[in-house]
Amino acid sequence: MTAHPHSLELFRRDRVWPFLMPPEPRVDVSHQVILYVEGLNLSFDGFKALNDLNLYVNDGELRCLIGANGAGKTTLMDVITGKTTPDSGTVHFGQSIDLLHHDEARIAQLGIGRKFQKPTVFEAQTVADNLELALKTNKGILPTLFSQLSSEQEDRIHSVLHTIGLVQQKRLLAGNLSHGQKQWLEIGMLLVSEPRLLLIDEPVAGMTPEETERTAELLTSLAGKHTVIVVEHDMEFVRSIARTVSVLHQGSVLAEGTMDQVQNHPDVIEVYLGEDA
Amino acid sequence: MSILRSVLSRQPAGQRVLPFVVILFGVTVLASLGNLLVPESSSLHVSTYTITLLGKYLSYAMLALAVDVVWGYCGILSLGHGAFFALGGYAMGMYLMRQIGDRGVYGHPTLPDFMVFLNWDSLPWYWFGMDQFWFAMIMVALVPGVLAFVFGALAFRSRVSGVYLSIITQALTYALMLAFFRNEMGFGGNNGLTDFKDILGFSLQSDGTRVALFIATAVLLALVYGVSQWILGSRFGKVIEAVRDGEARVRFLGYRTDRYKVWLFVYSAMIAGLAGALYVPQVGIINPGEFAPLNSIEVVVWVAVGGRGTLYGAVLGAILVNYAKTRFTALLPDGWLFALGALFLLVTLFLPKGLAGLYGQVREGLNRHSNTPATAEETTP
Repeated sequence: MTAHPHSLELFRRDRVWPFLMPPEPRVDVSHQVILYVEGLNLSFDGFKALNDLNLYVNDGELRCLIGANGAGKTTLMDVITGKTTPDSGTVHFGQSIDLLHHDEARIAQLGIGRKFQKPTVFEAQTVADNLELALKTNKGILPTLFSQLSSEQEDRIHSVLHTIGLVQQKRLLAGNLSHGQKQWLEIGMLLVSEPRLLLIDEPVAGMTPEETERTAELLTSLAGKHTVIVVEHDMEFVRSIARTVSVLHQGSVLAEGTMDQVQNHPDVIEVYLGEDA
Repeated sequence: MSILRSVLSRQPAGQRVLPFVVILFGVTVLASLGNLLVPESSSLHVSTYTITLLGKYLSYAMLALAVDVVWGYCGILSLGHGAFFALGGYAMGMYLMRQIGDRGVYGHPTLPDFMVFLNWDSLPWYWFGMDQFWFAMIMVALVPGVLAFVFGALAFRSRVSGVYLSIITQALTYALMLAFFRNEMGFGGNNGLTDFKDILGFSLQSDGTRVALFIATAVLLALVYGVSQWILGSRFGKVIEAVRDGEARVRFLGYRTDRYKVWLFVYSAMIAGLAGALYVPQVGIINPGEFAPLNSIEVVVWVAVGGRGTLYGAVLGAILVNYAKTRFTALLPDGWLFALGALFLLVTLFLPKGLAGLYGQVREGLNRHSNTPATAEETTP
C-alpha cells in the first residue's frame, strides 16, 4: 500500500468507480459464499494481530471461531465491521461489496450486525427504546427526526420482545436489567435490525446454564435465514451449536472443520487444546 | 402532512412543555403589568430596572438551555458557547449601531463613531446589510450556525471528544476574544458596540420598549423550549442520548453519529446566538469581554446547578445563579468567583443531578430510611 491509497484507487481499471455504483447494492451470494476474507494483515506496533488470514463463510451457515486470547478473533470482527482498517488484504460481503470501502455505519446498514463481548445496551433508555433504535429503517438525520413507529414496526418489536423473553420489562430502563437479560436485549437489538450476517462475541459469558441453553437454541434457529459467526471460549457451548469450527492462532486460521475433526487435528492439539491435556 | 402529524402526536413532549410555558408566561405577564399599569407609588410596582434584569436572566436561561442540549443530552461538554452567544450579540449590536445614523458624536451619516475615530472612510464589506433588521436577524442565527458547523464537522469527524473537545472549545472562544479586541477587526475594539438609540424605530430607553423586549425574550424562550423538547423527544433525541452513553455502539447500529452531533451542535449554537441577540438591546452594550473563556465556564455551572439533562433545570439554574450573582456582587463584589467555585463544588459533590434531581434524591433517601423496597425503578432520568 502506498501513502495515498484512495487517490490511486480512482485510476484502477479493474473496477467501477464507487460513485457510479448503484446506491443500494444487493448482497450477491450466487456462489453460496457471503463473506470473503482474503490475505488480511494487520500489525499494532510490530505485533501481528492478523497474519495472512483467509476465511470464507457460506450463506446461512453457523460458524464458530475459537482460539486463545490474542489469536485475532476480536480484531477480525473489528475489521469486518469497519472499526479497524487492515494493512493489506480484502474483505467482501457477497461477491460485489468491498467492506473496506465503507464506514461502520454503512456496514451496519448493509446488514452486518454485531454483538459485543460486554453487553452494551443504552442503560438510560427503556428496553423498547433500545429496540426501536436498532430497527432496520432509514438512519438519516431528517427521517429519524420525523420518524414514528409504524404498526408493522411495533409488531416487530413486540415479537422480538417475546423471543428474548422481556415482554414484562418493556418499559423498564435497560440499566435495571440483570446481566443475562442485558445479553438477551442485545441479541434482541440484533434481531430487530434483520441483519444478513451476525457477528456475536462471547454470547454466553456470565449466563446461567439455562440461559446458555436457550441462547444455543436461539442461535441454531437463526442459522439458515441469517448467517451467524460466533466467537466463544466455552467449548461445551461450541460443541452444542457448531457445525463448522475455525481455529485461529496467532492471527491466521490454523484449522477448519467439524468439532471432532478440529479436535483431532495435530496442529490444533499441539498449540491450543494441547495446553489442557 | 406526515410532519405535522408527527409533531402533533407526540403527547409526552406537550405535557412536558405546557407547565413550563404557563409558569413562564404567568410571571412575564404579571411583571409587565406591574411595570406598565401599577403606579410607581404602589408597593406592587415593578421597576424598569427589574424588568431589564429579568429579561437579561431569561436570555441567560436560553444560553443555558443551548448548553444543556449538547452537554446534558449528548455529552458534548462545550466550554465555548459564550462565543456563539457573543457572535449573535455582535450581529444585533451591528444592527443597533446602524440605527444610530447621524445621531453619533461625530454625526457621520453612515459610519459608526469608532470608525470615524479610526479615520475609515467607508463601511467594511461585512457591515453591509446590517441596517436591515431582517438581514441582521438572519446573521444572528447564521454566523454562529456556520461557525458551529465548520468547527463541529472538523472536530466530530476526526472523533475528538471528551476533555480534548472541551479544551478546543475554550481555545475557540479565547481566539475570538483576542481577534475582537483588535481595532482593525472593525467591531469597535475593546469598547465594543454601545450607545444604542433605538430598535425598529422604538427608543431603547422607554419603558414600553423594555417591556416589549422582555416579553419577546420570554416568548422566544418558550418557543425554543418547545422545539428543543420536541427534537429531544423524537427518535433523533433517542439517538442523541444513546450517543452520550455509547457512541461506538450507535455507530454499529448504522447511525452516522458524527453528523448527528454536528447538527445538534449547530442547533445549539443558533439558540446561543439568538440568546445573545436578545441580551444586547436589554443590556445596551456588547464587547469582547463576552468571549472571555470564564463566561462559557459559568454557563456550564448554571446548567450543573439546575440539573443537566432536564431543560427546565438549565433554565432554573441560570435564573437562580444569576439572581445570586446580582445579590452577591452588591454585597461583596470581590467574593463572587469564590462563591461560584464553592457552589460548583457543592453541587458536584452533593447534587449530581442538580436542583432538578433534588426531588428524586430526597424521595430515594426517604425510601431507604423507611426500609421499603426501592420503587425508584419506574422513575425516568
